[in-house]
Order: sequence, then structure tokens, then C-alpha cells
Amino acid sequence: MILVFMEKREGKIKKSSLEALAEASRRAEELGQEAAAVVMASELGDESSLKAQGARKIYWLKGEIFDSYSPEIYAHNLSELIKELKPEAVFFAATAMGRDLSPRLAAKLCVSLASDCTQIMVFDGALVFVRPVYAGKALLTLKLKTKPVMATLRPNIFPLREIKQEELPSAIEIIEKEISGAYSGAAARVVEIVKEEGAELDVTEAEVVISGGRGMKAAENFNLLRELSALIPRSAVGASRAAVDSGWIGHQHQVGQTGKTVCPNLYLAFGISGSIQHLAGMSSSKVIVAINKDPEAPIFKVADLGVVGDLFQIIPHLKEELKKALAE
Amino acid sequence: MNILVFVKRVPDTESKIRIQADGKGIVEEGLNFIISPYDEYAVEEALRLREAKGGKVTAISVGKEEALLILRKCLAMGVDEAILIKDTAPESFDGLKTAAAIASLVKKRFPDFDLLLFGKQSFGADNAQVPAMVAELLGIPQVNVVVKLIIEGQEGVAFREIEGAQEKVVFSLPAVISAQKGLNEPRYETLKGIMAAKKKEIPVIPLEELELSELFLNPGIEVIKLETPPAKKAGRIIQLAPEEAAKEIVRFLREEAKIL
Ligand SMILES: Cc1cc2nc3c(=O)[nH]c(=O)nc-3n(C[C@H](O)[C@H](O)[C@H](O)COP(=O)(O)OP(=O)(O)OC[C@H]3O[C@@H](n4cnc5c(N)ncnc54)[C@H](O)[C@@H]3O)c2cc1C
Ligand SMILES: Nc1ncnc2c1ncn2[C@@H]1O[C@H](COP(=O)(O)O)[C@@H](O)[C@H]1O
Repeated sequence: MILVFMEKREGKIKKSSLEALAEASRRAEELGQEAAAVVMASELGDESSLKAQGARKIYWLKGEIFDSYSPEIYAHNLSELIKELKPEAVFFAATAMGRDLSPRLAAKLCVSLASDCTQIMVFDGALVFVRPVYAGKALLTLKLKTKPVMATLRPNIFPLREIKQEELPSAIEIIEKEISGAYSGAAARVVEIVKEEGAELDVTEAEVVISGGRGMKAAENFNLLRELSALIPRSAVGASRAAVDSGWIGHQHQVGQTGKTVCPNLYLAFGISGSIQHLAGMSSSKVIVAINKDPEAPIFKVADLGVVGDLFQIIPHLKEELKKALAE
Repeated sequence: MNILVFVKRVPDTESKIRIQADGKGIVEEGLNFIISPYDEYAVEEALRLREAKGGKVTAISVGKEEALLILRKCLAMGVDEAILIKDTAPESFDGLKTAAAIASLVKKRFPDFDLLLFGKQSFGADNAQVPAMVAELLGIPQVNVVVKLIIEGQEGVAFREIEGAQEKVVFSLPAVISAQKGLNEPRYETLKGIMAAKKKEIPVIPLEELELSELFLNPGIEVIKLETPPAKKAGRIIQLAPEEAAKEIVRFLREEAKIL
């Protein structure tokens, strides 16, 4: 069995967890095994999406205690479940929560962990993982010698399954589990989630990232990018470090080595030169379009479409063209 | 407060990474090594806490003899003591191994610690594993990717970055905290600090002295191969009047990239 931790935020299962589940079910099929999901929450919620992504069983650790996150309490209860089920592998999405919880759990079970994987294969009946290291300047292919095999999967990389309704197995087993004894140690607890105003979608979760660099010249010009973002569904505004350090936009928007790693379907770069540290965070985007007035800008080396020109002249026209295209 | 801060020696982030002929590691020759960028925020936070509350800061690194250089930098920034856990093994990309060494040292030498500070992720391994693993091995709370930290007595409040928001987390000491950019602005070394750091003795503890179990001595990760990612093939570059350029971008997105 490949067990996948399903992260819930505001009562909803995260898309990146569904992606991890989809990948688990593909690899499980190859191994002649099954994929199962584990949900920790007072309410189970959307079991049909778990079924659609290939879960054959859902383990539901039920309890209000799970409605606010605590790495210690989560890891304790998950480890009890894992000791009982003895899965072959445990997958997490490499989200803020997945990357916080998985190493704690791995240490509890005395196993090594493959972080932030971008490809998973099966060789000779064993799972093999590929992950970027050195900020994407090298790719590491690895095997884990400890059991269960544990990995986090980078969001936006692994495709969801598109299975037709009639091909879905009719029943999915839901196994409700009582929580196994309270955690007795000291635990950190989330008491509040402080939302950033106007930022519905994080750059790591967006399908389109619209980023600005020093070429944006001023904080208020980022409104131009926000206006573009308002037109494009599931998009978010990103930035280079130069823009963040100038105080034009918050650090949570920074893409790059000391910021976030993104791999959206489309990365639009406005006035970003394309330093090696910036590329580290975005060069694996599926399509890159860069607008820069310097024809020698290094960003053009990774761009699928490079546009030499003044962003301030291009953006107004781009807005109009996008409106037209999206209205059709 | 008795604070320990953990720093790793890593290749300069600007370096060009070359892979060894056997495909199992990187070529270190010709690389410039630095303290992993996030670890500087951890050192700075340790110093600020000591300045506000008194106590002592010890910087610790696990690695080769060469890591003494980054420990000297920490001393020059103002930490009181530094210790090297000498591990001559090449980069294993396995956080558990490092975490076990750190946890063992803390248990043996610093049973009365208050706070362990880390970077959120080391450049190179890019794991974000060691802090949470150490917290688990010591049985203490963890807060990772912290952008704001407040300590009052034995209680702490930390703000940690998550997708599109921050989590406000309460915890009690002793605890593990890992630093995210934004936590503070790291200071520069002073000339006086650099001079003093030169004279300071840095104890070196061989890994063998930590009496780690077999399980932790051998990495649980088997490196099959390390390679440079395939170069992206260059795209098209256009230079048109603004209106035409905008039209071309939208056409490209619809017809070629099939995005809109
Ligand atoms: C340890 C370390 C970590 C780092 N981490 C990061 C990171 O995470 N993310 C990151 O981004 N950087 C990071 N950096 C910084 C990085 O080295 C660069 O300094 C930074 O990315 C530059 O940002 P920029 O491209 O916006 O600015 P610049 O390099 O100044 O480029 C601005 C570009 O805008 C173009 N331009 C100007 N005006 C216009 C206009 N009107 N129309 C069109 N184009 C225009 C210019 O031609 C130029 O190419 C890091 C550096 C270090 C040392
Ligand atoms: N070899 C090491 N020596 C000391 N600290 C380390 C070492 N490796 C990792 N760390 C600490 O753990 C943090 C996270 O590292 P990692 O889990 O490798 O991404 C780093 O920022 C350091 O603070």
C-alpha cells in the first residue's frame, strides 16, 4: 500500500495532496498494490475526489483536535496508524505542512526521507525518486533503504487523474479510526491563521505566475500585474528579490532560491533580468514568457517566448488582448 | 538563555555545479563555500535573543574540517562558542544522519539548552529535514519557516509562513525554530570580531565520539546518480511594436502553448 497524507485547509482537501494521491495510485498499480488516503479532521469531507484520484481506502483519523495543526500531535497519530498498516510507502505533498510534518514523522519511524520530488519511477519492484538539488542545478536520482519509503511531492508537477465516472470502482472503503491516546509531550499549536490581504492564491499553488522585477520601478506599478492577475484564473503575482528588497511587495511573493520554487503552467516575467538565483525558483515552469527591454537579459535563455520591449508600453495592450481572448 | 545555532557549509549559491565522473557527487574543487544563507538568519536571531535576555550562544556544524571557516564567521558575528562535529563523509542528502549526530551532541553536552535555531533549508540538499528531525529525536516542539519570533520566559510565539498566509504558533521551551528570510537582517562581522574569532579555540568532536547506532551511521539514501538537468532549448525572441508584441504573446499562449 502507498499511503498518502491528505492535507485539509479551511475544510477543503488541497489540490497538491490530490496530485500526490494520483501519483501514488499510478505507482501503486505498477507495483501491484493499492493507494490509500489518510485524512485527519473532525469532518471527512470530499471523499469522491479521493476516489477519483485513485484511493481504494480512506483512513479517517477523526477528531476535533486535528482541526488546528500541530506537528507533534499529527506525527504521533500518523505514526501509530503507520505502525498498524505497515504501508510500503508514505507520500505527502511538499507544501508548508507536508514539509513540516514529514521529517518529524520520518525521525519518529527512524526512516530517511526524499524531499520535494519531481519524478517517481518503479525499477525492479522498488520506488526510485528524482529531485532537484543545489537549487535545481543538479538532479538527484535516489532510492531509500529504510521502510516505509517516505517522500514529499512537489506541487504542480504530478498530473491529476482523469478517470471517467463509469470506470471508477463503485465502492470505496472508509475506515474510521479512533485517535490513539493523546500525545503526552510538549506540542506546538497553531492558534491563528493570519491571511495576507488580497492574496487568495500562493505563488506555489498558482497555475499562472505573473512576476515583476526591478524593471517595475515602483511599488504602485505592481498594480499593473495585479490587474493582469485579476483577468487570468488561478493566477498569482510573484516578484524577484530586487523588487522585494526594494519594499515594493511582500517577501511571500518572492520567487527564487531564497524565495519560493514555482512550476506553474505559465510564468510571465516582467522586468526581471534572470539571475541564477531567480532561475532556481522558476526555470522548471512549463512555459516561460519574458518581457525585458534588454535583448541580452539572461532570462531570455530560459524563455519559450522572449519579448524585447518596454513593459510599461506592452502591459496595457496585453490587458486588452487578454480580455478579448478570454471573452471568446 | 542557552541557545544553540546550527550552520552548514555549502557551495556559494552562484557557483556552477559540476558533477563527478562517477555521478555520485559534485566536484568541490574550485568551488567557493559559504555558510548556508538561511543559517545566517538563525545566527542573527540567536544573537538578538542573547542581547535581549542574556545567556550564551553556541554555533555548531557537522562536516569536514573546512567547516571551521564558517564557524569562525559565526564567532566574528558574535557567538560565544563554536563546535565542529567532524564528519568526513561526502554529502549524503540524508537529513536523518545529520539530525542524529546533532541530537546526540545536544543530549551529551547541552542537556540544559533552551532553544535550537536552524535555517529552514540548507542550500544543496534543499531538504528542510534536519530541524524537525532533531526536534523529534529530542522530543521537543518545532516551528519551521519562522518570520517572527517572540520569547517570554519559557513560552514562545512564532509566525511561520504557509501558502498565502502565516500561522501563529504557540509553544513552550525548549524548542526547535527554523528561520525563514524576513526574520531579521543579519549583521556583518566587525573587524574586532574577526580578530577575536581568529584566536578562539574551536573544539572538534569526531562523529565516532557521539556513539550513534549503526542505523544512523549509514545513510538511508542511496544515491543512484547525480546529473545536470537537461538544458532547456532556447525559445523564440521577438522585438515588435508594443501592440503587435501583446498580440503575439496572446497568440503564442493560445496556439502554441495552449494555455488560454
Ligand atoms: C544568496 C542569494 C540569494 C538570492 N535569492 C534570490 C531569490 O530568491 N530570488 C531572486 O529573484 N533573486 C535572488 N537573489 C538576487 C539575484 O542575484 C538578483 O540580484 C535579482 O534576482 C535581480 O532581480 P531583478 O531581475 O528584478 O533585477 P535586475 O537584475 O536589476 O533586472 C532588472 C531587469 O529589468 C529590465 N527592465 C528595466 N526596465 C524595464 C522596462 N521598462 N521594461 C522592460 N524591462 C525593463 C532590465 O533590462 C533588467 O534586465 C539572491 C542573491 C543572493 C546572493
Ligand atoms: N551538516 C550540518 N551541520 C549543521 N547544521 C546543519 C547541517 N545540515 C543541516 N543543518 C541545519 O539544518 C537546516 C536545514 O537543513 P536541511 O534539512 O539540510 O535542509 C540548515 O539550515 C542548518 O541549520
